[in-house]
Parts: sequence; C-alpha cells; structure tokens
Amino acid sequence: MVENRPLYTWLSHAVLIAGVVLVFFPIYVALIASTHDLRTIQTANMGLLPGPHFWRNYSTAWTQGSDISGATPVWYMMLNSLVMALVITVLKIAISLLSAFAIVYFRFPFRMGFFWLIFITLMLPVEVRILPTYEVVARLGMLDSYAGLTIPLVASATATFLFRQFFMTVPDELAEAARIDGAGPLKFFRDMLLPLSMTNVAALFVILFIYGWNQYLWPLLITDDLETVVIGINRMLAVGDGQVNWPVVMATTIMAMIPPVFVVLLMQRWFVKGLIETEK
Amino acid sequence: MASVDIDAVTKRYPGAGEDTIKGIDCTIEDGELLVMLGPSGCGKSTLLRMVAGLERITGGAVRIAGDVVNEREPKDRNIAMVFQNYALYPHMSVYGNMAYGLKIAGLPKAEIDARVQQAAELLQLDHLLERKPRQLSGGQRQRVAMGRAIVREPRVFLFDEPLSNLDAKLRTQMRVEIKRLQRRLGITSLYVTHDQVEAMTLGDRLMVMNAGMAEQIGAPLDIYSHPASLFVAGFIGSPAMNFLPGRVSDDATSVRIGHQTVVTDKARGQAGRPVTIGIRPEHFSLADTGNADRRVDLHVDLIEQLGADTVVYGQIDHAGDVVLARLPGVLTLTAGDTLPLTIDQGQLHLFDPETGKNLW
Repeated sequence: MVENRPLYTWLSHAVLIAGVVLVFFPIYVALIASTHDLRTIQTANMGLLPGPHFWRNYSTAWTQGSDISGATPVWYMMLNSLVMALVITVLKIAISLLSAFAIVYFRFPFRMGFFWLIFITLMLPVEVRILPTYEVVARLGMLDSYAGLTIPLVASATATFLFRQFFMTVPDELAEAARIDGAGPLKFFRDMLLPLSMTNVAALFVILFIYGWNQYLWPLLITDDLETVVIGINRMLAVGDGQVNWPVVMATTIMAMIPPVFVVLLMQRWFVKGLIETEK
Repeated sequence: MASVDIDAVTKRYPGAGEDTIKGIDCTIEDGELLVMLGPSGCGKSTLLRMVAGLERITGGAVRIAGDVVNEREPKDRNIAMVFQNYALYPHMSVYGNMAYGLKIAGLPKAEIDARVQQAAELLQLDHLLERKPRQLSGGQRQRVAMGRAIVREPRVFLFDEPLSNLDAKLRTQMRVEIKRLQRRLGITSLYVTHDQVEAMTLGDRLMVMNAGMAEQIGAPLDIYSHPASLFVAGFIGSPAMNFLPGRVSDDATSVRIGHQTVVTDKARGQAGRPVTIGIRPEHFSLADTGNADRRVDLHVDLIEQLGADTVVYGQIDHAGDVVLARLPGVLTLTAGDTLPLTIDQGQLHLFDPETGKNLW
C-alpha cells in the first residue's frame, strides 16, 4: 500500500519521531549525567546540557571503575564481556550449524529423536535449569572462569532449528551436483552450505552477541573476579550505605552500550538481508 | 569413450511393496544418445539416477565401459549430469561453477583454466564467466549446467529433463544445441524427458517406459511406425493414435469396425478374434473412387482449422469413440456431414485387447 497524502506523511513521521524520542531520551540523559560531577546531579540541577567533566568521569571509569577502593576498572569488565559474548556467539553458531547439518543430511539411528531432544531444550532456558547447571559447573571446577561463563550457554535449540529450516530449503539437486563433482560431506558443508548460510549467520551473530553481552543472572552467580560490565554496573549500584557515584555509573553504561551498537552497525546490511532474503 | 550396459536392473525402495524398476535391459553404444521417455512416475528418472550413482541399485548391474559400477561413488563413475533445475551453485560465479569439480579433483590451475575457457567458448559463455547464476537468463543457466558437465570430460552424459524449465522457443533452440554438441563431442548420453517431440528429435534410439518397464526400445521412426504396444502407440505421436474396438473377419482378410469393413493383410492368421484397431490421425486421407475396400465414413462433429492441416473430430459408424483425422489443406465441413476417408493400410495397427501387444 502506497499512500501519498501529506497528512499521512506528516502523521507517520510524527509517530516515528515520538518513538525515537521515547527510546533515546533516557540514553541522552545518561550521556548528560556522565558529563557532570556528582554534586550537580545530587542537587538536582543537572539540566539537559552537557557539563564540563566528561573526560574525568570517563577516564575514572575506564581505569579505576567506581572510585571505591578495590573496584574493577571498566576496560577489564568490557574485556570480560567481550570474550563472553564472542565465545558464546561463535560456539553457538558453530555447534548449531553442525548439528543442523547432521540432522538434515545424514541418516543415522534416532535422528528424529535427537532432533526432538534438541527441540525440547527450548523449553528449558538458563533460568529454569540454573541450580543443576551451577552444581555441574561448580563440580567441574569451572566457577569464575571463562569456560564456566560460556559453555553452559552455547547449546542453542533456536539456532539449530533455524539452520535446519534453512538447510531443508536448499534443493537436493545441489547436494547431488556437488556429489557428482566429487565433494564429500565436509567439502559440501564448507563450500556450499556455509557460504549460502552467511546471511543467516550474520543475523544470528547480531542477535546472539547482544544476548551474550546482556547476560545477567548466570554471570552474577558464577563470577567473582571475572566481572562482566553488566555485573559491574550492578555492583557499582549496590554500595550499601555509601554514595552511588552516578557520573561514573552513567559513563560505564554509555561505554557498555558501544560494542553492541558497533556490532549492529557493522552487520546491519547482512542482518537485514538475512531476515528478508528469499533467493537461494 | 564408453558404452553403458544396463543389465536386468531393478529398484525397490525400502518399505515399498513392489519394484519401482522391474528389470530393464539395455545397452547404449559408444557415442549414442538414448532418450528415456515416459509419463511421470514411470521410473525413468530413477533409472538415470541409478546410472549416476545417486540411487542404490537393488538388483542387476550397471556397467560403464565394461566395468560394473554398482558400488562406485558418482565421482568415480566418470559421468556428468545435467539437472532439471540446473543445480548451479548460487554463490559461485559461472567460472566457479564449472571449475569446482576440477578443483576438487586436484587438477592444476592452468589445466582448469584451459578447460573452462574451452567449454565457455564452445557454449558462448566466455563473456559471462564472472557472473553469478542469478544474473543469467534461463538459457544461459542451462548452458552453464552443460559447461559444468563438459569440463569434467566424462565418458557418459546424463540429462535429467534439462529443458523442461525453459519456454517453448528456447527449448527448441537448446534442443538443437544439445544435439549438435553431443554429436560434436561424441559422448555417450542418456537423456530423460517426458516430451515426445524432444525424444523424437534428439534420440538416436528411444526407450519408452511405462510403470517401471521398458515397453519398447528402438529408433524413433521405428517406434512411430511399429509401436510394440497400445501404450507406446498412444504415447508417441500427436495428436494421439485413435483406438477403436473391432473384429477380424472369418476369412482373416479384413477387420470390421461396427458395420464398416477395412481390408488389411495385417489381419492374416487372426481369423475371428476381437482386436483393438489403431490408426493415427495423419494416416487418414480423403477417399477417392479407387480403393473402396479401405474406406470408412466419418460422421463429423467438430473441425479445427490449423491452416496447414484440418483436424476433424467425428465418429465412425456411431461406435461411440471419438476419432480424429488430420487432413492436409483447408477443408470446408460442418457438423453432421459424412466424410468418406481412406485408411493407409500399411499404417493400420491391430492390438490384442487383452495384453495390449501389437499383433503384427
């Protein structure tokens, strides 16, 4: 439907702009708050214009964390978050691709059984199985390690299912042509399925990276020194009787937003293509 | 170069009650193009895929150049296949599509380049080598699929309905190209189609298949003029052959269609038996006075003017079955007319109504 009436154009723009303002205003306030000093914020006369302390707040956060002694610097938290998000994303995609490949292209006993087993795990998100998973990770001695942080989160029924559906749309003749050309299963996977799945992989990468980056409950449980940035912000707020250092917290928040935004911008073109592409 | 032996080959899918392919014997000579023709579901593609190695062979043997290849992987059979949907690799360029098999075979880069270049020139694809399949027209994709088969320098070409996705004009054009190419390269070929025009024009020999059996194997014109069974007679030729119930006279010199009699020496030795009479629409001619013993009267229902021909729909002796006659030139007729026609007696076929076999 293509309407071309000025009133509709005006109205639709108004709605969209209202939506954008609604989303961006809190972020803007956070950005402004990260440029004032604590006193200005506490006396409630911060206003909506940037203050003079941008550099001080950000460098404090980056190098020291909140200025309480013993705090973790934000660069270290960001590094932990980045490692966790990347490992989760890459392993999730790799494992899902391989399991979907096995389920679609190989005839082995209990094939459908395995598929349904994987599918059923959709009903068991981290929050549901958190106690037994914690128990397992603790007994394996993986508490407060990258392995403990990531491995319990890498199996993904959703991604496996998505790739399975995609592989099933790849025409059988393509596999047969490759077979006649002499490509074995792994060559077929590498030379045909993988390049054809790239847009899907990109879309999943974005979704899973943000999923990994935003993990809260699991890192909160099993990390101690390996603070991720989400957990870091949480600890900065939980100061008990002390003062919450709002400018530094806000600076940290702003910095924590940058990597996901960067990933989205980088993958945007492929992401959209992966969601709308129909051509095989 | 190589011949292909199909020796008592059968196929039964797991769990199926009966064989899909019920024992087919055929030898395709070196350099020959054999067309496998039949309605959908007759097993022609299954048979081709068994030669290719994409389906397991349940019984019998397939030999290529004398070697039994039943247990060999497709890549070790020295064959190349052109698929109905072309099955081009969508993410690879035309060059990549043609070179892929050679790369896997581990050929040196220079050799791959030379072969692809040569095939591209042969198929007039040399200016398209960098394109992706989606940027090509149907005919060009078809040619890339052919090119991918040619560069492998196979001993046998397998075509699985390669032209069925093209429009009519392009199909005619590509048909000629395939024929020319196959002649020029002299590679033994098996070609599956359900289009009888394609089959008649392309094949050195045809195998007409029905329900997992080879009904008849022979040169296209032999099959046209001597169909072995009712099925073959009805399948080859357009418009299809007319079939009429009849009976051979007691002196075995003629057949009766209702109250009309046609003299034919094909009735010899069949005295008194019921037969199915087959006559192609194009083998009627307007009756003149000379041959009254092969004359039938057609009661006209409908006519179609094609310009070059006139197709007349009618009934002989109100026998119930619609009879088509295709007569040269423009005829002015109206429904209800009676049209006297002569049957070319060499082109009259008598079939056993029980078994469907040609009695001659």
